[in-house]
Amino acid sequence: MAYTIEGKTGTWEAVIGLEVHAQVVAQAKLFSGAATEFGAEANTQVSLVDAAFPGMLPVLNRHCVEQAIRTGLGLKAAINRYSVFERKNYFYPDLPQGYQISQFAHPIVGTGTIVLDMPDGTSRSVGIERLHLEQDSGKSLHDQDPRRSFIDLNRSGVALMEIVSKPDMRSPEEVGAYLRKLRSILRYLGTCDGNMDEGSMRCDANVSVRHAGEEYRTRAEIKNVNSVRFVMQAIEYEARRQVDVYESGGKVVQETRLFDSRNGETRPMRSKELAHDYRYFPDPDLLPLELDEADIERIRASLPELPDEKKARFITDYGLSPYDAGVLVAEKENAAYYEAAVGDAKGRDQKAIANWVMGDLFAALNRTGRDVTDSPVTPENLARLVELIADATISGRTAKEVFEAMVETGKDPGTIVAEKGLRQITDTGALEAAIDGVIAANAEKAAEVRAGKDRMLGWFVGQVMKATGGKGNPALVNELLRKKLAP
Amino acid sequence: MSAASATKLTELDIAAARAGLARGDFSSVALTEAHIRAMEAARGLNAFVVETPERALEQARASDERRRRKEPARRLDGIPLAIKDLFCTQGVQTTAGSHILEGFIPGYESTVTAKLWDAGAVMLGKTNLDEFAMGSSNATSYFGPVKNPWRRADNKDLVPGGSSGGSAAAVAARIALGALGTDTGGSIRQPAAFCGIVGIKPTYGRVSRWGTVAFASSLDQAGPMTRTVRDSALMLGVISGHDPKDSTSSPLPVPDFEAALGGDLKGLKVGIPKEYRVDGMSAEIDALWKRGIAWLEAAGARAVEVSLPHTSYALPTYYIVAPAEASSNLARYDGVRYGLRVPGESVDELYQNTRGSGFGREVRRRILIGTYVLSAGYYDAYYVKAQQIRTLIGEDFRKAFETVDVMLTPTSPSVAFAIGEKMDDPIAMYLNDVFTVPTNLAGLPGISVPAGLDGSGLPLGLQIVGRPFDEATVFKAAAALEQAAAFTTRPTMLRGA
Amino acid sequence: MALDRETVRKIAFLARLKVPEEELAALTGELDNIIGWVEQLGKVDTKSVEPMTSVGKFKPYMREDAVSERRPREDILANAPDAEDGFFTVPKVIE
Repeated sequence: MAYTIEGKTGTWEAVIGLEVHAQVVAQAKLFSGAATEFGAEANTQVSLVDAAFPGMLPVLNRHCVEQAIRTGLGLKAAINRYSVFERKNYFYPDLPQGYQISQFAHPIVGTGTIVLDMPDGTSRSVGIERLHLEQDSGKSLHDQDPRRSFIDLNRSGVALMEIVSKPDMRSPEEVGAYLRKLRSILRYLGTCDGNMDEGSMRCDANVSVRHAGEEYRTRAEIKNVNSVRFVMQAIEYEARRQVDVYESGGKVVQETRLFDSRNGETRPMRSKELAHDYRYFPDPDLLPLELDEADIERIRASLPELPDEKKARFITDYGLSPYDAGVLVAEKENAAYYEAAVGDAKGRDQKAIANWVMGDLFAALNRTGRDVTDSPVTPENLARLVELIADATISGRTAKEVFEAMVETGKDPGTIVAEKGLRQITDTGALEAAIDGVIAANAEKAAEVRAGKDRMLGWFVGQVMKATGGKGNPALVNELLRKKLAP
Repeated sequence: MSAASATKLTELDIAAARAGLARGDFSSVALTEAHIRAMEAARGLNAFVVETPERALEQARASDERRRRKEPARRLDGIPLAIKDLFCTQGVQTTAGSHILEGFIPGYESTVTAKLWDAGAVMLGKTNLDEFAMGSSNATSYFGPVKNPWRRADNKDLVPGGSSGGSAAAVAARIALGALGTDTGGSIRQPAAFCGIVGIKPTYGRVSRWGTVAFASSLDQAGPMTRTVRDSALMLGVISGHDPKDSTSSPLPVPDFEAALGGDLKGLKVGIPKEYRVDGMSAEIDALWKRGIAWLEAAGARAVEVSLPHTSYALPTYYIVAPAEASSNLARYDGVRYGLRVPGESVDELYQNTRGSGFGREVRRRILIGTYVLSAGYYDAYYVKAQQIRTLIGEDFRKAFETVDVMLTPTSPSVAFAIGEKMDDPIAMYLNDVFTVPTNLAGLPGISVPAGLDGSGLPLGLQIVGRPFDEATVFKAAAALEQAAAFTTRPTMLRGA
Repeated sequence: MALDRETVRKIAFLARLKVPEEELAALTGELDNIIGWVEQLGKVDTKSVEPMTSVGKFKPYMREDAVSERRPREDILANAPDAEDGFFTVPKVIE
């Protein structure tokens, strides 16, 4: 269902494009040999180049270029054989050179596509406008001192990929799906760790509103929002605000706005009031970047299977629904876990394993704050658990108990079943004895069943299971009871 | 050592000093001390921003010690040199002639100076220059103008040219055996011509720019300033080569430039660009140019007229490209991480105050021009246009070099002028570089060789321009010119002493 | 086109150069002269001429992805006019 904003003058739609700054996974910075580790003490990962000392020159990190190409290929985008680094000139205390080296007229990656997996299981495409490489700025701390801002240049010069979407999104949900999918692709590729808390993925949103079918209207840019939830909130607020501005006879101005997560509102950024004039020009310290087809092909050949392909394969090979396949492939570690658990399992078990992973396993990991890569329940053990159900060693109900024990102890399910004596009773004789006991103790009710009161049969199943401590094979118990209570 | 022989030591050239040191005729300490005394005696020239006599003696002693231990001599072992104060020198103040960098002490050494010290050279001090190398007279230095050791009959103080004016004056006045300069539009060749010495701007990319304070990145090149062509060949050999810290430095191997010297010029074709006969060029310079052609022909070369049709556009092109790059390169001087800081209430005020008082008039002028030509609405009309014309200028040279091996031109349209002249007319000042700027725009090597005196007794230079990375041929032709010109006149200051 | 004082004021702010009001007129004149002089380039036909991006015609050297520069923070802050607690400082910035 389409997302709309109902106003006094009619129905509006939101038009949204995103600019995501993704930090490139690399040991060193884009143009210097300083380290990029997160969380180091202020100004301890700063080279002479990063602090813009006189006479310092940038030298491009080859790996960062390859990461950008890899990402471009992962976004099914055109790789530009010729690209140019330019200087974006502006003054800011955490921008030591007085310019940011970025790409402007000739980015390294051109147009591409991202397929969104919507919560209802449907998909839709969002266009990628471009991807370019640029250096990050440092960090300004404004709350350390009443009169001064403090500058930390650790981040200065770190490689970023700016990934610009087309204005193809129409709802906060699509924006959420876009960010989740982009993050997933970057993590599959190993080009960005996607960690929004540490700022390795940051997002600017361009938002405008219009009546369906109209030309695009003026957009506002919301800067630097650092979680998927906040981006969605910010867009929701901003679209509503713009509708209100139009409907009260005002005009939306093109401006940069900040999102305040405390009240969920956006406000104009004060320091950007003065119009910028970035005076882009090719950086004379760097030669144009020319790529060989062979280099691009070498990188293409090394690409891993990406979420869309993996999802398609999960649907075909394992018979999963598009929704389940989408959930499982979103994080490559989950997909890897699932595939390890499936092993050479067949048909019904593949789906059962998927259900266990998405249900009990995710819940347990969530509850215990652990990552799938160090899950107490190994994929092999989860597969064994599903086998124990399939071969009727334990019932589905018992399996839940076994699973909890596996989470707690890390033991394999066979051991737990043996230790706790949870093996399902499939011995007809033993079950018949238990059934006979229950019937004898409830002769009146038994008579009612025999008289045709079928509804009571369920009650008897329950009593027998109780008598066997839950270990009776439910199907067998049912069958035997029907025989014994036959009219 | 007596005063008389000390004087003699400063009269040597690098090649002769190297031979004397090798023979054990004198020590590097003696050679260095003689130059330190000359430096102190000539303080009136204001050629140095910082003198480093202790460091010089330390390096000289180390050189003598190496010789004593019979280590193989390095290429410039024990040779005292002066360094333009545009090269960052570890532990020694580096100012670029600007108030904004006063007191800045780099924690690093530029690639070219590091190569000199590795080759055993001795640093006498850091020489004065036009602020951020922007000027042709050395008058824009925050640390005051440099005086030319040459004088004309009216005895007025003359400029040494610029921007490497301190380096040129130091070498001409026998304070240093050689000096390091930089050349963005003529800043090595024009002062070399004004002071009667040799100076070469190598091919763009031949010498690393790492650690050299940037003026205009696509034009800047460091180069030697010496009293002979051979000394320049020697020094350039030391400082050249690929530097992994400079993306624009060429991976090409460095030939033995000294080996190229000598022999006749048989088979060499010398181009005479007709567009260099500019209006207002003095008859004396034109006559010298003709004499230069005759000298080269006498050495076996053949002179042919060539055309560089876009020559007259080179200066305005340069005065768009260079300020544009400079406006961006100089943005880092903001009072936050090093250098001058003039407080302000807000960050913008801090920037404006610091930069407003830290930069001198000419630098501010060029930053504003550069900012303007890059700004929205003007970028295509000025900057892109200039870069297109730069392509055409490069093409002019490429075509001409299909038929000739080198070109011969005057270095400068005039001789040294008096301090204070042309200061109120920036464009008149810019015209000093009319013959040198095109080679920077095209990235070509160019050398100035002292070739004679004008009627007022001031030195004049001739320039040889070569193909990219063919400094060897440039040196060969320059050596022939040097031999024919037999320029031996010493600066006015040293005569009668 | 002629450069006026307002334009000079604007570019002086872009370049963060303080220009005292009393110098503005003279400076505007100087800059206008220079711009007028470079405008002779308009006479050159540059249709279909590629702007030069670099004089070098070789594949640029690229660095390997390795940490090659670990520098004590004292080195980085050594020349700073007002460093504190390991930070550079500026007058407070309001976002």
